[in-house]
Amino acid sequence: MQVKLKVKRFDPESGEEPYYQQYSVEMPETATVLDALIEVREYHDGSLSLRCSCRSAICGSCAMRINGRARLACKTSVRSLAEEGEEILVEPAGNMPTIKDLVADMAPFWDKVRAVKPWLQPSGPPPEREYVVPNEAMQALGEVMNCIMCGACVSDCTSLEVDKTFLGPAALAKAWRFVGDPRDAQDLSRLREYSEPSGIWDCTRCNICVQVCPKDVKPMDQILKLRAAAVHEGIRNNNGSRHTLAFVELVNANGRLDEFRLPIFTEGKFNIIGQLSYLPSAPRMIRSGKMPPVFPHKISGVKHVKRIFKQFGEREPGPAKLVSAGGH
Amino acid sequence: MRYAFWPGCVSKGAAPELYTSMVRVAPELGIELVELYDGNCTGAGVISEHSMETADALNARNFAMAQRLDLPLMNICSTCQGVQSMAQNRMRKNSKLAEEINLTLAEEGLHYDAEAGLDVKNFLWVLVEDYGLDRLKSMIKKPLTGLKAGPFYGCYILRPEPILGFDEHPDRDKYLEFVIEALGATLITYEGQDKCCGFPILTINKQNSLTMAANHLSEAQQEGADCLVTPCPLCHLNLDAQQPDAAKYASVNGLEVPILHLPQLIGLALGISPEELRVNRHVVSSRKVLAALSS
Repeated sequence: MQVKLKVKRFDPESGEEPYYQQYSVEMPETATVLDALIEVREYHDGSLSLRCSCRSAICGSCAMRINGRARLACKTSVRSLAEEGEEILVEPAGNMPTIKDLVADMAPFWDKVRAVKPWLQPSGPPPEREYVVPNEAMQALGEVMNCIMCGACVSDCTSLEVDKTFLGPAALAKAWRFVGDPRDAQDLSRLREYSEPSGIWDCTRCNICVQVCPKDVKPMDQILKLRAAAVHEGIRNNNGSRHTLAFVELVNANGRLDEFRLPIFTEGKFNIIGQLSYLPSAPRMIRSGKMPPVFPHKISGVKHVKRIFKQFGEREPGPAKLVSAGGH
Repeated sequence: MRYAFWPGCVSKGAAPELYTSMVRVAPELGIELVELYDGNCTGAGVISEHSMETADALNARNFAMAQRLDLPLMNICSTCQGVQSMAQNRMRKNSKLAEEINLTLAEEGLHYDAEAGLDVKNFLWVLVEDYGLDRLKSMIKKPLTGLKAGPFYGCYILRPEPILGFDEHPDRDKYLEFVIEALGATLITYEGQDKCCGFPILTINKQNSLTMAANHLSEAQQEGADCLVTPCPLCHLNLDAQQPDAAKYASVNGLEVPILHLPQLIGLALGISPEELRVNRHVVSSRKVLAALSS
């Protein structure tokens, strides 16, 4: 079939602005986008730069934006995207500088992965032989261990788009890899660090990382596990943690959300200065009839809601450390 | 057509115009809504950060009420939709959890049959899948000719696709476009229409949150939109109520993009007066919308 590609070209050394170039190549029906790009590079335009290695969705080298969404070029068949003659848009991964054409500069990516200390920090002397870890504990980490560090999640992360300091989905998923590992003994200090600005609470929960991950790592779900662990460890010196706790407290009290108190409690019940920051928006909310009621509506079945919180709310967040590790 | 109706907390709080417009529009369309007055907050994806089981149990309580009425459940909030779909999915896969939750629900005489499940649909999905665009078109009294409207979905009604029924309904990420065009308005599309509005981190990282809103609003304005329409009141809060503060992060001067709730846009095409639809009860004036419709 004839595959049409529209490829974003950029060479910073040339001094020229980025531009789009069209290619048309004859490929078998089963071709992937990577096959088509290699065909272009080998037989049509040797100046096209791209990064690839395994061609089997294992090495994570060829993450790029295809039709506006981060994907592995080697895992994306052209047939799944376009009918014969339809153009496929190929651009480098987002949220990272471009070195040339489709090659993104992964240096900021690796800096952030290193920043979460992605190595085991056990306590005490090492066991005589290997650490023994129960199967269940490792199965709970199966999703994060599938990560191939391709950067697809980072490419499309909506928080990173507005704030380059955010640690991002890949690094934070890796962080859960160690907080959730029964052999690691630095949970508390890790969770404190990850709760700092640019950490776990800056994720918007937009689910884009879950959607684009080619290995089903579900980075956002791992960030939510870190949040739950941080809240349960009592790390409450930030608006994120206080927001979660206030939300729980207010729904428990009324059965529905109390939007008047939520921002106040999020700033901290005794943080008058933080609470005052909401005052400027109050007049326009009142003027348009959008000021939440000061005395919230309580549903008639609130006692049943309280029972649910009592029954389920006190449990440890799962699936955290299922079983402690034992050494030989 | 009858639905158990979960209006969500925000339509009863900071976005009351959403509730008013929905209950005004539904009978006009011939849709009967049986409101779950005793329903509880879905948790908005926040309670699950504290305890997933609590969030699932809270949602099961609402589902059980709808099942008792033997009606599908309609919501008017993208966030509710996502949270409800995810809770359904977890309970369907974990019968032990569902059983345990039902033990607690039994104390008030409720039971959620997780295996049988329940049709849980945002008003947007109801319109396109159950009501039908042709029937909607036949109800139009004042086509929205001349109005340039852009979609804003809200993350939770779009992602993750497998849990939100995209296998069965692959066009769910185009429904707002379908509706805008069906009502006779001119469709404006822009890059940020399916991204995050920024609301979930408004109280955590205000600058990031407002920058997100500002980026989408700037793009929409540059593309010529008279307004955006959203099925999510939380997106509405960030895009409308926060718009004056977001303006300082905008890439355009004179940012002014009215944000309409989905039932308000439908209501205008049904010939209901803007006042009845509370189109005037937004922080950003809807004068652009009314001007476009009267020209």
